[in-house]
Amino acid sequence: MLTKRIIPCLDIKDGRTVKGTNFINLRDAGDPVALAAIYAEQGADELVFLDITATVDERKTLIELVRNVAHTINIPFTVGGGISSVADVSALLNAGADKISINSSAVRNPDLINELALEFGSQCIVVAIDTRFLHDEHIVHTHGGRKPTELRTIAWAKELEERGAGEILLTSMDTDGTKAGFALELTAQISGAANIPVIASGGAGSMDHFVDVFTTGKADAGLAASIFHFKEIDIPALKSYLKSKGIDMRI
Amino acid sequence: MKNMKTVIIKYNAGNVQSVMYALERLGASYLLTDDEAEIRSADKVIFPGVGEASTAMAYLRERGLDKLIPSLKQPVLGTCVGMQLMCRYSEENDTTCMGIFDIDVRRFPNTPGFKVPHTGWNNIHTLSSPLTAGLSDNAYVYFVHSYAADVCPETTAVCDYVRPFSAMLHRDNFYAAQFHAEISGNVGQQVLENFLKL
Repeated sequence: MLTKRIIPCLDIKDGRTVKGTNFINLRDAGDPVALAAIYAEQGADELVFLDITATVDERKTLIELVRNVAHTINIPFTVGGGISSVADVSALLNAGADKISINSSAVRNPDLINELALEFGSQCIVVAIDTRFLHDEHIVHTHGGRKPTELRTIAWAKELEERGAGEILLTSMDTDGTKAGFALELTAQISGAANIPVIASGGAGSMDHFVDVFTTGKADAGLAASIFHFKEIDIPALKSYLKSKGIDMRI
Repeated sequence: MKNMKTVIIKYNAGNVQSVMYALERLGASYLLTDDEAEIRSADKVIFPGVGEASTAMAYLRERGLDKLIPSLKQPVLGTCVGMQLMCRYSEENDTTCMGIFDIDVRRFPNTPGFKVPHTGWNNIHTLSSPLTAGLSDNAYVYFVHSYAADVCPETTAVCDYVRPFSAMLHRDNFYAAQFHAEISGNVGQQVLENFLKL
């Protein structure tokens, strides 16, 4: 059976791992390569690195980091943050990233998704959606969830699939940082609307939240950051727990 | 494995960086090339691939690699799209492939509950390849693909998604894996190591 995936997310600034609450008040949680190696060893199924600053200088640092990570770990990883062109993607894939994730640039220029899928194949194109419930509707946001767009989240998810995205990384800005659980209903709606894998993100605080997101939320993968970085949830224990609940896991 | 010459065939089918890093982790030296003499003189040949079948096949034909690869005598390992191109035919843009393995590659049909591409870790079973020596039945490996070869007499590992399909194939000196051994954790590492030790 295809298993559900557990994905620690490492937010990167100046080559270091950080994670704040609702993307504000960043805290330093360590060396990303060392952390990545630990997660791979612990049985993380994949890793996501999000470069949350991405100025030109930091870009070079990121490429170097990607190279070091690819050298060190033997599981797949995705890199996102500040990617807006074929050249950006090419540089990251050539450094050893297995997939890339785009967000704001896909909203600004949806044709970029088609272009990237054609150039590199859908399998390595993840499109991230930051969504917030606003005036009775789920609306796509950009700029770390601060800026609402015109796009309705579910329609956007379908469009991403049609344009050739290989996966959706769905972050609910309503639940992110709350540790009160994933946005289950929305995740299930997106997972039902698009026939590509959905990685749910935002709100994980307990092992049962992961059970919920894989059952009620119908997610293909669950992503979290600080709860893993600060060892509030241990990945091997989480995976055994999920398996004991009848969820297919790679143990 | 230091003194052995491993060649990775260079062509237009995507990113091979993680294959190179995986070989480095195993302490193997390698050469990325499309030069016929270099490929022929290698001890081991790896034929990787991500991307689209017809474009990749067109490129191989232009350089005569479609004739070279089936004529190789040393162990050859095709992975992912590389494996598909070693089959007879791929439904992906109606592509005639190299025909090393006597089987066709078909798209996963739209089936409720099965997303395409088949993405993530899945177990392989009915293992009979020298490359899976030391692995336990139902070991997990990482897949990302929308097309797959059916199960056939050359199948040496089976995976189930929508239908049972060939996770690995083997005939004579030709080996192939649909999954990405290079990023399949310690299991994938074992498969690569087994190949290098053939």
